[in-house]
Amino acid sequence: MEGEQKMSVMTIVQAINNALDIKLEEDKSIVIYGEDAGVEGGVFRVTEGLQKKHGVERVFDAPIAESAIVGTALGMAMSGLRPIVELQFDGFSYPAFNQIISNVSRINNRSRGMYKAPMVIRFPYGGGINALEHHSESPEALYSHIPGLKVVVPSSPHDAKGLLISAIESDDPVVFMEPKRIYRAIKQEVSDEKFSIPLGKAKVLNEGTDVTVVAFGTMIRECQKALVMAKEAGISVELIDLRTIYPIDKETITDSVKKTGRIVIVAEATESFSVGGELMAIANENAFLHLEAPPKRVMGFDTIVPLAKGEPLYMISPERIFYEIERTVKF
Amino acid sequence: MQDTLLEKEVKRMGKQKGIFADYDPREDKIFRIIDNDGKVINEDYMPEIDDETIVQAYKHMLFFRTADEMAVSYQRQGRMYTYPPCIGHEAIHVASGTIMREQDWLVPAFREVGIMLLKGVTLKEIFLYYMGNEEGSNFKKANHVTPISISIGSQYLHATGIGYSVKLQKKDELVFTSIGDGGTSEGDFSEALNFAGNWKVPVIYTIQNNQYAISVPVKNQTNAINLAIKSYGFGIPGVKVDGNDFFAMYATYKEATEYAKAGNGAVLIEALTYRKGAHTTSDDPTKYRTKDEEQEWAKTDPMLRLKKYMDSKGIWKENEEELIEKYKQEVDKQFEEAENMPPYKLDDVFQYTYVDMPDDLRRQKAEYEQFLTWKENRK
Repeated sequence: MEGEQKMSVMTIVQAINNALDIKLEEDKSIVIYGEDAGVEGGVFRVTEGLQKKHGVERVFDAPIAESAIVGTALGMAMSGLRPIVELQFDGFSYPAFNQIISNVSRINNRSRGMYKAPMVIRFPYGGGINALEHHSESPEALYSHIPGLKVVVPSSPHDAKGLLISAIESDDPVVFMEPKRIYRAIKQEVSDEKFSIPLGKAKVLNEGTDVTVVAFGTMIRECQKALVMAKEAGISVELIDLRTIYPIDKETITDSVKKTGRIVIVAEATESFSVGGELMAIANENAFLHLEAPPKRVMGFDTIVPLAKGEPLYMISPERIFYEIERTVKF
Repeated sequence: MQDTLLEKEVKRMGKQKGIFADYDPREDKIFRIIDNDGKVINEDYMPEIDDETIVQAYKHMLFFRTADEMAVSYQRQGRMYTYPPCIGHEAIHVASGTIMREQDWLVPAFREVGIMLLKGVTLKEIFLYYMGNEEGSNFKKANHVTPISISIGSQYLHATGIGYSVKLQKKDELVFTSIGDGGTSEGDFSEALNFAGNWKVPVIYTIQNNQYAISVPVKNQTNAINLAIKSYGFGIPGVKVDGNDFFAMYATYKEATEYAKAGNGAVLIEALTYRKGAHTTSDDPTKYRTKDEEQEWAKTDPMLRLKKYMDSKGIWKENEEELIEKYKQEVDKQFEEAENMPPYKLDDVFQYTYVDMPDDLRRQKAEYEQFLTWKENRK
């Protein structure tokens, strides 16, 4: 049936907007709010036009108070609505941390299933856009560490739409991190119809035999560039897009590492105590005897993300990914 | 009506009259001294201020506005990254900056360039910051100025803490901090003021109410009739002031500092102004406000009003065009100094995350240097 669907060329921004629009149309219990999310359509224009189409009662601007945005969303979620809230930037999600960790993530457990939190917390994440302080962070490990939350990071317009629809339909709360650096950089044919991509399933983007590279979000594009260099060097890389950080797809990772015997993990976030560490643990626990080289992380330093002048030294380049791929293969 | 908190406070100050007592935010009164034509309409409160200080204040405003406009243009030329223009806020900045003493603390948010400059921060540092260099938050010549707060509202809490600290150490230091209208919705705003009331800290809290938090108008932030009224909930005096009236701002800060110096504690000042520019250079105000509105507010421009006042008194004798030319050269000079800073090094990424750098960070740096060598050799 896929072939008969009407397709449109979309950016990630447009694909997310389209997913929100479809769900707003279909499910009247959905409300969307956040700082500047209403009239302006968000600082990245992700919700542009939605207030006009679906009304100010369902798509609206919130006062500047991230804790209140998330905390009120939980109240709505416990009483019949399905809120989707936007936090303006990664670094502005922290004021909401108490609500997320102490309330949103555990209401189902606390009430033994009486109350659920069917809500999505969206925010743009990551660096590389010459932004101000607190606008360039990758806090996926912080949120993945919280029991009760699901954490999703799309890397393409198609995935952004399908994963967001699944996130909205999830009865568990979902943190949906959007790769702001490639918000508009990638254009792709995406179906205009509603479709969903299951949470918790990684995707093998490129099959290979020498080394497994696991990444997600913004770093997928950088890995794909590194893959071109690897191919020239005669290295066959299996590239896995994690798509959902938690629940993490151990099976896909394990199968791949058993096949290649090597794993390189690529992510922007701080290396120590990271998703990278978790992926290394999966390789060690499930494919230990297949490993031919130590698992390797290509990740951010354990430093604050530098401001724009220092950011090129921090951001992970395709060259650095290739360098570590080659070292791992030659180990 | 029973004695209000303000009246009690005012009595304690031994004054029968005062701005904070006479302009009760519950009645939504606004404290103003000059009108839009620069005419004094509230002689009783006209502060004692000599002509030279007034002329100097106007020159500061002129310099800041020149620098601000040039900052936007540098950004447009791609020589600087995102910048939040301060245009329209000059009276608030210069009034507080003029009143502040060298030993007083400034705990700024991000739309306070004017106050920062008066506290000794250099334009070069401001430019460096917006070029994306942390060295721009290392204010070498400014005493007691903390880095700007991008994380909305968080600075109010730090100001409260500094207030407690100077009080405990019996230091003759006051603390000035500022927030936008949008920031008053953050929990940190209320929590800081609640502590401030409790601890009676010598902190002057200003709300620069410029009508918009990016695209969201102040009426969507709160159902309160004004922002100064929030002071009631925390047991501290509050007042709503015309923030585009230099004399009103000056008189308010004067009274506030006397109140704090006498050991009475904190005050909250809502300074009503208009953000003439965009939120930042990434923002497009045409999406959410009208030209008519902008023109209406333009009549209240703080520089226009002060200029009219000075003209009516005949105390302005400078050639404004020549001054602007001179200022432009100074701004350009400082901008070029910032542009000519040595390139950002790998050490600059690593050196300051910890005071005592963990060994693992040294390892990460060394590993990265190996990669850089490989990259160099590969060319």
